[in-house]
Amino acid sequence: MKILVLISNVPDTTTKVRFTGDNTSFDDAGVQWIINPWDELALTRAMELKEAGGVDKITVANVGEKTTEPTLRKALAVGADDAIRVDVPARDAYFVARQLAEVAKDYDLILAGIEASDYNGNAVGGMLAEMLDFNSVSAVSGISIDGDKFTVNREIDGGSQLLSITGPLVAIVQKGIAKEPRIPAMRGIMMARKKPLNVVAAVDAHEKTSYVNYELPAPKAACKMVDEENAKELITLLHEEAKVL
Amino acid sequence: MSILVYTENWDGKFKKLSFELVSYAAAIAKEMDSSVTALSVGEVADDELNKLANYGASKVLKLEDNRFGSLDNKALSKAIAAAANKEGAKVVVFAHDNLGKALAPRVSVKLDAGLVSGATALPSSFDPFVIKKKVFTGKAFANVQINADIKVVTLSQNSFELAETAGTATIEAFDAAADDADFNTVVNETNKITGKVLLNDAEIVVSGGRGMKSGDNWGGLEELADLLGAGMACSRPVSDEGWRSHTEHVGQTGKIIAPNLYFAFGISGAIQHLGGVSSSKVIVAINKDPEAPIFEAADYGIVGDVFKVLPQLIDAVKAM
Amino acid sequence: MDFEFSEEQLMIQQAARDYAQRELIQDVLERDEKAVFPEKHIKNLAELGFMGMMVDPEYGGSGMDTVSYVLAMEEISKIDAATSVIMSINNSLVCFGLDKFGNDEQKKKYLTPLASGEIIGAFLLSEPEAGSDATHQHTTAEDKGDYYLLNGTKNWISNANSASTYIVMAQTHPEKKHRGINAFIIEKNTPGISLGPHEDKMGMRSSDTHSVMFSDVKVPKENRIGADGFGFKFAMMVLEAGRIGIASQALGIASGALERATAYAKERKAFGTELANHQAIAFKLADMAVKIENARNLCLKAAWLKDNNKPITVASAMAKQYAADMAMEVTTEAVQIHGGYGYVKEYHVERLMREAKLTQIYEGTSEIQKIVISRDVLKD
Repeated sequence: MKILVLISNVPDTTTKVRFTGDNTSFDDAGVQWIINPWDELALTRAMELKEAGGVDKITVANVGEKTTEPTLRKALAVGADDAIRVDVPARDAYFVARQLAEVAKDYDLILAGIEASDYNGNAVGGMLAEMLDFNSVSAVSGISIDGDKFTVNREIDGGSQLLSITGPLVAIVQKGIAKEPRIPAMRGIMMARKKPLNVVAAVDAHEKTSYVNYELPAPKAACKMVDEENAKELITLLHEEAKVL
Repeated sequence: MSILVYTENWDGKFKKLSFELVSYAAAIAKEMDSSVTALSVGEVADDELNKLANYGASKVLKLEDNRFGSLDNKALSKAIAAAANKEGAKVVVFAHDNLGKALAPRVSVKLDAGLVSGATALPSSFDPFVIKKKVFTGKAFANVQINADIKVVTLSQNSFELAETAGTATIEAFDAAADDADFNTVVNETNKITGKVLLNDAEIVVSGGRGMKSGDNWGGLEELADLLGAGMACSRPVSDEGWRSHTEHVGQTGKIIAPNLYFAFGISGAIQHLGGVSSSKVIVAINKDPEAPIFEAADYGIVGDVFKVLPQLIDAVKAM
Repeated sequence: MDFEFSEEQLMIQQAARDYAQRELIQDVLERDEKAVFPEKHIKNLAELGFMGMMVDPEYGGSGMDTVSYVLAMEEISKIDAATSVIMSINNSLVCFGLDKFGNDEQKKKYLTPLASGEIIGAFLLSEPEAGSDATHQHTTAEDKGDYYLLNGTKNWISNANSASTYIVMAQTHPEKKHRGINAFIIEKNTPGISLGPHEDKMGMRSSDTHSVMFSDVKVPKENRIGADGFGFKFAMMVLEAGRIGIASQALGIASGALERATAYAKERKAFGTELANHQAIAFKLADMAVKIENARNLCLKAAWLKDNNKPITVASAMAKQYAADMAMEVTTEAVQIHGGYGYVKEYHVERLMREAKLTQIYEGTSEIQKIVISRDVLKD
């Protein structure tokens, strides 16, 4: 079995978000880039599946320029066997999925994070599944291999389900899929550069959406404080002033 | 041409969320000189389907095929795309919930459409079609233009007001002509959360953090939530410690919620946590540390001991 | 000159930061209060490769350079210097000493488990009557033909209880003074070794410090490191390299304090505005930042010299003396910026201040470092 983990390169989650060019582009000056947190959990689960046996290879793939390679190498340091970088700046989710569809055909299981923490698209995994005509399950919080099938926990609106589904499968994973992202061991860090990182040329594709501009949320009014000894007052305020009770 | 809205049901019933979606689709239809068709999959009684008309649906397609009960993403997307084609839909609207997030991307590819997920408002313009959504996990908004003929949108919860209209809808059976081979998902077990308000539906959310000190101290929060009909949530350290289930974790890597009222008890308000709750209409913070960043995000706050404040709040709610 | 770190070095820095900020932070206050050894953390750090960072993978190490070690020590020490001292002793005293001066058999038998972190080691030099002055060793190692017989007491031994392998300095030929000293590899469970009570320390409380008594302890001949009488030179050369570890630890304690003080100054309001908007506080932060950067540069320079096999005596002494004294100043200022909050345990900076104090004392006091530095300045 071969597993592909989709890796998105995103700004560190503590980044203070700023825009430039009259709010038309994200200001990446001084930004530290990390593996998208959900993708990192997906990779961790892939490693666990491999350690449990039955997985021959874990590949990580990313669409982006050379500057995203440290992120892929971190994934290699964590334990992926090889990496693919489609050499083109990522545009929208459709464009990214089109590029990935070219390199993802031969995998039995594709793990994608439910969203990326930058554009919150919730899209690439599902789009890729459709392009490849693979089965897909979203909101996956657990997955294991069961012969030629997969046993999957998914969250539904109002509960959770335990499923059995045939591959090839795109599992779109969320919190719970693995406990914590793995910290790469030094041996892994040293080996990362020796593992294959294949750079693939982009295919011709057009994005279907474009970002016109950005807005920052309006600054919040000061917090109205209520005295600890008179906490009941809070309920009155919520009822009469804020009208949310 | 029409606006198609996928209305999910829960044991044959719709929720407020379903009506929000129809209201939203109706507002779009008005601007585009179009009409709203709702697609309902599963067994829903006609009088329940008719409720969709009260929010602007003029046609309801009902697809009653038990095989779709497994929510097989591939089969369901195919059926929805078929309905969109049949109706000549220019816009397809989904909820930005688990199922909507699962289906919208597949449907958008099938229809060769452009997708915006997590829209927070009506399109600000229709030609070009520009719509606002949250980015950077609530830290900013983006105006996204869809450059495709067909548009697929998932709508964030609580971002559009219900708009009732007097209307009737024609109900039409829809046969998706699905092939058995399309269904590859077998549900072995379903665990429904019962007797509790679902976090994603909740208008009010009561949430606890590390300041609750231990997993044994949740009684007060649960009591308050019960009284308010609120959903329960927690911060990441709480679910990491195993004090509460990870399904209750709200924050950047957990659930993103947008209730009308969010109570944060003993939550310091790390930026990752705020990312998951900042869209709440009103945030209330109770924390003993006056410097806790949660107070920067809160509308109302109490600096004090959670365990002293909680009983007072419970009494006050009981007295309401 | 090149001030850029390699991708690997940055990854190691990040790995250390992730471990510290995710794991060590969880129980650091409790371990400090109750003086509990961080057993679980040492095991985890060993699995990640932090316990034998600079040892060749052939002997179970990670094969990294000293620059990476400085970066890792800084990150771990920002959160928990009691853990980083365990790491430092194992890496830069025990593993380094064996790696550089041990013979192949000694390395196979002792270095491999130490570098992989399977076991940890301790370095036994100080004595009740010989701390900074290591030339006078009262512990004796009598040559009995096919073994040595050790008698005496060692003081202030970090890792004394948790270590499985000791490196012990003892006097074999008193008439030769320090040229008669030898260094031995001794397994802790050898008969005749006993421990004094756990020292109740001011800071670094979760590292275990004891005195160690040797009473007719038989040590096989093959466990002597180097030629007869090499012990003092061995100890000095190992300590020279070890100073880079403690200097980086002091650096981390200070930069951890600055991170906390900065965050606090941006949050806490006084006189209607954040503390950071008061120049008195902003300038303190600026001074702290400059001093920390100086210390960082001294540490990295010393590490670079060591990685390039150049003399490090003066560079490591400068790094250790400056970083330690700087850490004391910076942590004191961090407590000051926090006001009353700084004086209570929950805010961590008082602990960092207690930890900083030890960096001025152990592995050569600041005064000893100044002797080394001044001798170099004054040499003809």
